Amino acid sequence: MIPEIGHIALILALCMSLAQSFFPLVGAHKGIPSWVALAKPAARANLLFVLVAYGCLTYSFLVHDFSVAYVAQNSNTKLPTLYQISGVWGAHEGSLLFWALTLSVWTAAVSFFSRSVPDVMVARVLGVMGLVTVGFLLFMLLTSNPFDRLLNPPMEGRELNPLLQDPGLAIHPPMLYMGYVGFSVAFAFAIAAMLGGRLDAAWARWSRPWTNVAWVFLTLGIALGSWWAYYELGWGGWWFWDPVENASFMPWIVGTALMHSLAVTEKRGAFKAWTVLLAIFAFSLSLLGTFLVRSGVLTSVHAFATDPARGVFILMFLGVVIGGSLMLYSWRANQIKSTVKFDLVSRETALLMNNVILVVTACSILLGTLYPLLLDALGAGKISVGPPYFNSVFVPLTVPLAILVGVGALMRWKQDDAALLFKKVWIYLVVSIVLGLLLPAVFAPTYSFGAALGVGLAIWVLLTSFNWLLDRASGGRGLLQVIRNTPRGAWGMLCGHSGVAIFIIGVSLTSIYSVEKDVRVEAGQSYNLGGYDFLFHGVENFRGPNYQGARGTIEIFKDGEPVTTVYPEKRNYTTGMPMTEAGIDAGLTRDLFVALGEPLGDSGAWALRLYHKPFIRWIWLGGIFMALGGLLAASDQRYFRLARKARLAAADQVTAGAA
Amino acid sequence: MRRLWFVFFLLVPLVCQSSIEAYSFEDPEKEARYKVLIDELRCLVCQNQNLAASNAELAKDMRRLTYDMVQRGATNEEVVTYMVDRYGDFVMYRPPFNSSTYLLWIGPFIILGIAILVLAMIIRRKGQEQTPVTSDADLQRVEHLLNPSKDKSA
Amino acid sequence: MKARYLVPLGIFIVLVVFLGIGLTLNPRDVPSVLINKKAPEFSLPDLFDENRVVSSESMKGKVWLLNVWGTWCPECWREHGFLMYLKGEGVPIVGIDWRDESAEAKKMLAQEGNPFLAVGVDPESKAIMDWGVYGAPETFLIDKEGFIRWKYAGGLNAELWRTELKPLMDQLEGS
Repeated sequence: MIPEIGHIALILALCMSLAQSFFPLVGAHKGIPSWVALAKPAARANLLFVLVAYGCLTYSFLVHDFSVAYVAQNSNTKLPTLYQISGVWGAHEGSLLFWALTLSVWTAAVSFFSRSVPDVMVARVLGVMGLVTVGFLLFMLLTSNPFDRLLNPPMEGRELNPLLQDPGLAIHPPMLYMGYVGFSVAFAFAIAAMLGGRLDAAWARWSRPWTNVAWVFLTLGIALGSWWAYYELGWGGWWFWDPVENASFMPWIVGTALMHSLAVTEKRGAFKAWTVLLAIFAFSLSLLGTFLVRSGVLTSVHAFATDPARGVFILMFLGVVIGGSLMLYSWRANQIKSTVKFDLVSRETALLMNNVILVVTACSILLGTLYPLLLDALGAGKISVGPPYFNSVFVPLTVPLAILVGVGALMRWKQDDAALLFKKVWIYLVVSIVLGLLLPAVFAPTYSFGAALGVGLAIWVLLTSFNWLLDRASGGRGLLQVIRNTPRGAWGMLCGHSGVAIFIIGVSLTSIYSVEKDVRVEAGQSYNLGGYDFLFHGVENFRGPNYQGARGTIEIFKDGEPVTTVYPEKRNYTTGMPMTEAGIDAGLTRDLFVALGEPLGDSGAWALRLYHKPFIRWIWLGGIFMALGGLLAASDQRYFRLARKARLAAADQVTAGAA
Repeated sequence: MRRLWFVFFLLVPLVCQSSIEAYSFEDPEKEARYKVLIDELRCLVCQNQNLAASNAELAKDMRRLTYDMVQRGATNEEVVTYMVDRYGDFVMYRPPFNSSTYLLWIGPFIILGIAILVLAMIIRRKGQEQTPVTSDADLQRVEHLLNPSKDKSA
Repeated sequence: MKARYLVPLGIFIVLVVFLGIGLTLNPRDVPSVLINKKAPEFSLPDLFDENRVVSSESMKGKVWLLNVWGTWCPECWREHGFLMYLKGEGVPIVGIDWRDESAEAKKMLAQEGNPFLAVGVDPESKAIMDWGVYGAPETFLIDKEGFIRWKYAGGLNAELWRTELKPLMDQLEGS
């Protein structure tokens, strides 16, 4: 009964989203106020029904209703409750429902928090989001219904993919989805602005906080995924340039470009057509990612079970949504006349260059990701495009980007004096070059110019970013007062850019100075790596709730002093799938990482993989800083002040919007 | 074919977890080369992992072969050629540079070139434009839209 | 309408066409690079007699099949019946028992019949790597001159035999 309620709720949600898109869009076009007014209630009702459906599926998991095919395939009675709940989004059908739920949440959020936006605009935005919702709900109902019943329900369900039985990965997908789907808001604002024929700075201001929040989720989602891969997959890697990782990274890069471009459009009214295009790109790449993961056109570790019918549906959906919006774009972009003037040396140019580099990076990653598919489609053979390619494309492009990060913020809008600017930064230039060259020589075991470059760049980014704060203080005001008067948006920028610096340090030092060793040890033997002694105490077997485990004990010493003890595990889940849980001692300047291999022979010897990874935490720390920066920027008071004022002046709002 | 890889999944249900062999090397240069090779060679069974990360039986054998070859003094090229002769370019994560991959390797440069060209054009045009008037009007109208109360009080 | 605003749409349409073609392809299928190349030599210990050697040498001048299998592979069990049928048709098949327990393999052949002229054991993937094999079952067709003319990854079946394998073998026999 409950699954049927869920199914019906989904159908009702589809009806709601149809109403949510048809009436507001047509009403806004024809100027029918009563139709326009339907947008908000329809969006909220849609959320309600999707929530009911989602609740029904969760309930089916919790009561072990194995007559529901999806529940039977992805859970069993021994599965811990936490993973019963996260199991809802653990496989294709359920994760699609989760996608739809996030979309409805974002839509409803727009309906609640857009009081400063004219009703007609909100109606169009909700209408566009409604259309996307229609697509996803149809997809679910036609090809991937999570409520499908089994005629002969089994007594016991199968197993949730053990990879997902981990707190980190349990929340990784929701974060990612919140990010992907969040870009639909910026997308909808852009489309609505084009539909309304008014591509001015207003839509940019309205969509900025939404874009920031979506970007924050995506940043955290990607960082979590990378962190999870690091401790769970047992080979110490944190990024593999897998097609699915790329599918999440491309929208992130374009989203980053979008955030910056929106700033220019809002503040200066420039790059209007370009910003709209970026908003379309960011969401399109999210949809493309969904297609790549679920259609089976690319092989990936993360791929869902595939079915050609699903691929065809998503491809058609992609064609309609992206093709339609690009058509609208090619028509409307013509009518945009950008008349804003700026010089070669100006913040506009710096931000434009940032955009160019980011978009070129995203395009190159797209090229590399799809190239094997293109060749295969042309019958020109099978190739693999992996980390060696992506690193050699990505790393060189990051360098100019990092150089721009700090300087860009220092430049003035419209026009700046190159000589003056140079006078401001030359000292930082000298300091970063000297420190960059010096620090690795002093602290690192071996000298590396890569490390010098990384450290130098990071220091440069930090110094120039914080100079911006000093710059504000130069006008005779005290630093304290400046700090008090600096808006949250600016703190967000500082924080985000510091995140970039931290990330650069993490990536360069980890990839250059990590050492690893696969060793054979018997109990009581120890091995020295990176200045640490790893003493192996042996392995004992234990029983988990739904797996058999073996846990090793390794005590780590430095100069004879005990540092820590780690317990790497190997688990065999009831489905026969083995998993490793690495033993990690995390630290700000280094991680010690031990993965347990197989027993070797009968003498009690085991294979161990040992890592010493300097500064690896900084990679994710950088991500956290970036996300925090985005959050600060999104919570800038002026967005709220705006909303408050708008509420007060709600009376003459209608005329302004309907014009 | 579809059947076959379904079978793979039943048979080796994601045994694509890293496996650890503890090969010993006297020569650190050889060890480093071995690491690079197993990082850049792709496992054919667990197709989205390199040899280093894959635990498939075939990957174990391919690692051992790589180890043997490196120990016997084979160069990286020799090992890669050996694998490619048997499994095709697919086995390399570093795509070769040949007629079918020119676009892949040069593509990013082309995109960057076009982007810089467009950028230069835009900046030149922007520097020459003489009509900031309309834009201010535009901004004002926006200000009005966004901030009607201020407008009223003014 | 300025053409440059149509560029994104154009690129997107090309992309969709390729993705559409991509849907009809199997990304996991790695085609053999050995088709129409000289078959790699192998010599492996015989499953039934460790002192004997099974080698490609002995098949010179024949049109024959090489079948890679193992008892751990469910599809191989399904295919086995058809291999017995091929034996009945007089098709010479040499087997490579890949990464297997020899005892298990012998048991299976005793139970289900032995379709092979000879079976070599390859516990360390030495030979099969030379043949570019990465899964079982996999079957190669080798002509009289020792060139690989055809390969199939997956279980053989009557349909395949009728439409592809038999015509090709007849043609190769004739030449």
